[in-house]
Amino acid sequence: MARTSTAQRIEQNADQNSAESTDHRSRWADWWLTVVHDKKAFAGLIVLTILLMTAVLAPLIAPYDPNAMEYDMMEPPSFKHPLGTDDLGRDLLSRIIYGTKISLFIGITTVAISLSIGVVLGVVAGYFGGWLDHIIMRYIDLQWAFPNFIIAVYLVAVFGTGILNLTIAISLAFLDDFARITRGMVLTIKKEQYVSAARAMGASDYRIMRRYILPNATAPIIVQATVSVSYAILAEAALSFLGLGVEATTPTWGLILAEGRSFISRAWWLGVFPGLAIMLTVLSINFLGDALRDFMDVRESRGLI
Amino acid sequence: MELTKLSSLFEVEDLRTQFFTPTGIVKAVDGISYTVDEGETVAIVGESGCGKSVSALSILGLIPEPAGKIAGGSIRFMGTDLLKLSDEEIRRMRGRQFAMIFQEPMTSLNPVLTIGRQIRETLQTHLGLSREQAMQRAEELLGMVGIADAGGRLKQYPHQLSGGMRQRVMIAMALSCEPELIIADEPTTALDVTIQAQILELMKDLTHRFDVALIIITHNLGVVARYADRVNVMYAGKFVEMGTALQIYHGPKHPYTLGLLRSVPRLDHPRSERLIPIVGQPPDLTRLGNGCTYEPRCSFRVSRCAAEFPPMQNIGDGHFSACWQYKEVDQTTRDRS
Repeated sequence: MARTSTAQRIEQNADQNSAESTDHRSRWADWWLTVVHDKKAFAGLIVLTILLMTAVLAPLIAPYDPNAMEYDMMEPPSFKHPLGTDDLGRDLLSRIIYGTKISLFIGITTVAISLSIGVVLGVVAGYFGGWLDHIIMRYIDLQWAFPNFIIAVYLVAVFGTGILNLTIAISLAFLDDFARITRGMVLTIKKEQYVSAARAMGASDYRIMRRYILPNATAPIIVQATVSVSYAILAEAALSFLGLGVEATTPTWGLILAEGRSFISRAWWLGVFPGLAIMLTVLSINFLGDALRDFMDVRESRGLI
Repeated sequence: MELTKLSSLFEVEDLRTQFFTPTGIVKAVDGISYTVDEGETVAIVGESGCGKSVSALSILGLIPEPAGKIAGGSIRFMGTDLLKLSDEEIRRMRGRQFAMIFQEPMTSLNPVLTIGRQIRETLQTHLGLSREQAMQRAEELLGMVGIADAGGRLKQYPHQLSGGMRQRVMIAMALSCEPELIIADEPTTALDVTIQAQILELMKDLTHRFDVALIIITHNLGVVARYADRVNVMYAGKFVEMGTALQIYHGPKHPYTLGLLRSVPRLDHPRSERLIPIVGQPPDLTRLGNGCTYEPRCSFRVSRCAAEFPPMQNIGDGHFSACWQYKEVDQTTRDRS
């Protein structure tokens, strides 16, 4: 990506080398520079910031109460209702604005949870191998044998409905992908000579995993994470649609989309706008993820090779 | 710790390391014994696959289990038997008491951490230095191994350094905690010829300066002649000849050593002389008979060689050879020169 900015990168590289760079703070500065120089990532960052602000400020910016019903049902977009109304006469724009909070929360939280658990399982299984690997991976295989969504349905059935349970269910349903990808990376990285060299210099297992293996395995994990955010938002939608997610009155993008599905031939706006919201979110997270991945790969982001 | 005064810094006795493979047990190291004194440089010489590297990994306790196992012998370091230590105890000694320099400098450094961080963290773990102290020490170390602008280099990533420079960093890391012993596994093989001598000079200089013992594993006899005090020639998991560098270079007493010397060009011999490569391949380590392992390739062989492995015989002046025919080998060397 961003082939055009190679010159900028080299320039940036020179800046970084001459600049005082003592570990932590400058890492953030470098990350910031990478994002600013990468147009797509920058756009992603802006969109995501707007979405986050929307989520926080929903009561202030929404023109109507998301659950207030009016007689003008299924109105197409107009000045009064910029995105139209749904079958119960609720303002679509307000519902989407309120929905931002829950959809973003579920999308990001579930990925954060399943990434943390999945990556730890994958690293432990791949690094130690043996019986530990067998136990972890047989469980992961078991989970892998079912579609993630079915697992989520099953877990919600066990835990019960509600946002918290939904979050836990989706997180657990998605962790096998992270575990599997991480383990695969660990298996190749642990054979690298720098791992042997670290061991020969007396590094402990924990240090080797933390400093040598994990940082070298980040690229595919980040890619998986950005993809999973979109799946998680959609999983929430699907579960809510089946009546297994949040309550029917709660505005979430998925639920709005699901409800609008029955009227898609008569009211296109009910499908298009929540869909656009999901797409924008996913796209901006993907762009940011790409930049993060490039940044993590020191060889590429710092010029050379 | 009694008797430590009498013994050497480092003593390997009858070390046996084996690997279990579907085709049988590979006796990668089959009963080698040697000593290294303080500040001494000892070379282990042999062809690829003769067990040199495995013998080094055995010392550090880095033989991958359960595929491989140290089946017997002892490795005494300053009087303690390393094979009797727990994993945790030996881990603490690695880097602190003995360090290792690997063959491939291009892949021996973690690509995602800066050079400074890698050296610093080793210093912090082993010596308990603060971050600032460790950073300062790292800078001194880089200066010591001849890296210009050490402060700037510390902030760079491994890919920004050349191979020779990376090997210097590895040497700096190995020396960082002032170990008593450094094991260098083919430290110059992957480097440009012009850099090789520089790196070896640097290692020799620094090991002398800090009185660090060095075990240098190599197949390059030029390295041996110039930099080692003593030499152990290894073949198929066993030592076949041991002696000082001069003894080995000028008066080999084992046909294998002689073969190695004859198969490389030498500047101190007339150029018209033909190189004589060693015929055949090293033996399959899963099927070793009772006889001498070198017998099938040896031009000095007699009937006794196939039946009985020759013991290490003391030839005098600390020179040992495991060959029934060492007198004939010696005679040939004398005739030629």
